[in-house]
Amino acid sequence: MKFVDEFRDPKLIRQAAQEIQRLAKKDRHYRFMEVCGGHTHAIYRFALQDVLPENIELVHGPGCPVCVLPMGRVDDGLSLANDRNVILTAFGDMMRVPGRTGSPLEHKARGADIRMVYSPLDALKLARENPSREVVFFAIGFETTAPSTALTLRTAKQMGLKNFSVFCNHVTIIPAIRAILDSPDMRVEAFIGPGHVSTVIGCRAYEFICRDYGKPLVTSGFEPLDVLQSIVMILRQLDEGTARVENQYARVVPWEGNRPALKAMAEVFELRPFFEWRGLGFISQSALRIRDTYAEFDAERRFSMPGIRVTDPKAAQCGEVLKGVLKPHQCKLFGRECTPEHPVGALMVSSEGACAAYFNYAMRKSDAVAV
Amino acid sequence: MPTSPNASATVRFRDPQIEMAHGAGGKATRRLIEGLVAPVLGGPLLDSLGDAALLQLDGASLAFTADSFVVRPLRFPGGSIGDLAVNGTVNDLAVGGAKPTTLVLTLILEAGLSTETLEIELRAIASAASRAGVAIVGGDTKVVEHGKADGMYITTAGIGIADRRVRCAPSTVRPGDRILLSGPIGDHGITILLARGEIDLESDLCSDTRSVYPMVHALIASVGDAVHWMRDPTRGGVASALNELAADARVGVVLAEDRIPVREEVRGACELLGLEPLHIANEGQFLAVIAAERADEALEAVRAVPGGEAAVIIGEVRDQPVRTVLAASAYGSSRVVDMLVGDPLPRIC
Amino acid sequence: MCLAIPGRIVEFVAGEPHLAVVEVAKVRRRVNIDLLREDGLAIDDWVLIHVGFAMSKIGVAEADEQMRLLAMLGEDQQAMDELIGYRFE
Repeated sequence: MKFVDEFRDPKLIRQAAQEIQRLAKKDRHYRFMEVCGGHTHAIYRFALQDVLPENIELVHGPGCPVCVLPMGRVDDGLSLANDRNVILTAFGDMMRVPGRTGSPLEHKARGADIRMVYSPLDALKLARENPSREVVFFAIGFETTAPSTALTLRTAKQMGLKNFSVFCNHVTIIPAIRAILDSPDMRVEAFIGPGHVSTVIGCRAYEFICRDYGKPLVTSGFEPLDVLQSIVMILRQLDEGTARVENQYARVVPWEGNRPALKAMAEVFELRPFFEWRGLGFISQSALRIRDTYAEFDAERRFSMPGIRVTDPKAAQCGEVLKGVLKPHQCKLFGRECTPEHPVGALMVSSEGACAAYFNYAMRKSDAVAV
Repeated sequence: MPTSPNASATVRFRDPQIEMAHGAGGKATRRLIEGLVAPVLGGPLLDSLGDAALLQLDGASLAFTADSFVVRPLRFPGGSIGDLAVNGTVNDLAVGGAKPTTLVLTLILEAGLSTETLEIELRAIASAASRAGVAIVGGDTKVVEHGKADGMYITTAGIGIADRRVRCAPSTVRPGDRILLSGPIGDHGITILLARGEIDLESDLCSDTRSVYPMVHALIASVGDAVHWMRDPTRGGVASALNELAADARVGVVLAEDRIPVREEVRGACELLGLEPLHIANEGQFLAVIAAERADEALEAVRAVPGGEAAVIIGEVRDQPVRTVLAASAYGSSRVVDMLVGDPLPRIC
Repeated sequence: MCLAIPGRIVEFVAGEPHLAVVEVAKVRRRVNIDLLREDGLAIDDWVLIHVGFAMSKIGVAEADEQMRLLAMLGEDQQAMDELIGYRFE
């Protein structure tokens, strides 16, 4: 696969790993945060920690939109499917996320009409093909995915569709990064930046991290060579004592972002004053809601939802893992009460959540090492 | 030998209701079988959580298996539910170390199913049986109300003659044994996913449904009891089958990531949808664990069979890490390949 | 949020200016190209696909440059090692 296989070349990976070994000073302990859940997944899938020196620690950040979605919002979405006339649509990522009375898959097993879609356009198509049913799209994702929802809503409006709406749970990445930076126990010294979010928001958006907090950020692609090259770039900056934004993923990320995407988002969405992030608490101006001009397509206005806040058990230390203070296996519930099969907290719920990724890809390896 | 249910085996299955995950061939399925079905029904079932059961009946060594087929859509590129029913049962017997001879099958038909569709399926069954060299000697038919049975469900039972040259059992698996895979993985599962039409991907991919008996037969004929274990990786994919091997034989399994054969189209679909080829169902492949010193011979024998040309050694058995399957990359790292909980789901994150 | 894959534009859809047929390893999908209208797309262009939308046009020159930089990693070190080997210590 072009533009994929070249960036998985074993020889070049070993070379990049050697360069990292050379650049990383033996007497330092480095902590870099990869913001995006996709990077967490890539790091585990390609077992990149294995080729990094012991003194480079990768801290998993909050960029997993499924993980940070409060359970109460899942329940709200599921409540829509109680109406027999509603077809609730969602990405595959959402289907196993537990609400208080079960996950979407479990609700589907009990008869709710819940269907998995690959694109919001598939939900739109369902609405056109089923004019007598109400089709709702459960929208999640950061700025990578929000433009797709925006364009879909624009199309729905142009078509004058009367039976389509979106339950909007889009969140924005910058406030989450800021929350991490402002946290008193934060010890991360550089960031591996979210490559695909950046195709929309560009690289300029991260300059405040360097300017105000003195930490480098390298916008990174998702193949092994991308991540390793980003780490090389970070190490070089730390060595020089600089803190600036660099674009490792230049083949895909435009420095200024994607204008049509930002324009569509601005037309359809506005910022909520605040939104609750599971594990991080309330963050202001961190989530999108649908504008008044698109009110008829806003599921929150079209339907009534319970709107009940569900708090995680205190024993679940998701917040600390999200901020990089704890590693997954250091949470008391990890691997016991909380596993991918029965997740208690946010980070076990999605396969790219830090805890689920560690459980699925790495845990038993380290058990073996201990043996 | 008939056995009575083991009265002291306790039911450990605690899920309040049955979910789709319990049928997906992964962890949830195993929990259901180990925790409820096996304790209640008892006896030899506990040993053959795999495919066919080996029975001694009046001096004859027979393999006996049952299977069920539920697929939507009924017809897809490369075959149909009828092909799956015959080939799936034949393959269970083949990887159980037996020559498949006889099938019975029951049809559960949905009211409203067109006769033309039924006839097409019956012809597919007859044709698959003829190609596989098995006789269909009986069966049953029921009709259920419209809205049940997705058109048609098929259940089968099959009998084969145990091949005395081989004695597959987890207890014979040794560290150092090699793992042979007959061909590229993921063709069937991805074909079905695309054929459902919900994902809007197009390709020329076909299901790999076929009898693996010719390849298995050649394998046994060439290296006999150097074959320690066999499985056909259907639902749950190669990952689930090898995790079962690791758990049942109490060994570790290490795969060489870059040796695992995957067709370009399967790779493309999996990358697009965020799926792992090792978790995807196959209907025309088998895995075999072979003693290291006979592995090359075994591979040659399978490759010499028409349809076996793509067979490859993908890894080996180790003593550590126990009960774990690892995939090692070409650049010196390794990741755990876990058994799925339920069906593989596309993701966007 | 993050799963996006490179694909090659193989066809434009007659009567549907918003769509193109994109191929990823012999698998084809119709993809919405509204976000890249300003870029001007042509057959054989490569785009990054996410949830049925083309998010970015892939820069072949940038990709080549990146491969060049990656190939050099470790080369500098080899040159250094050779140099050290010639010193008389």
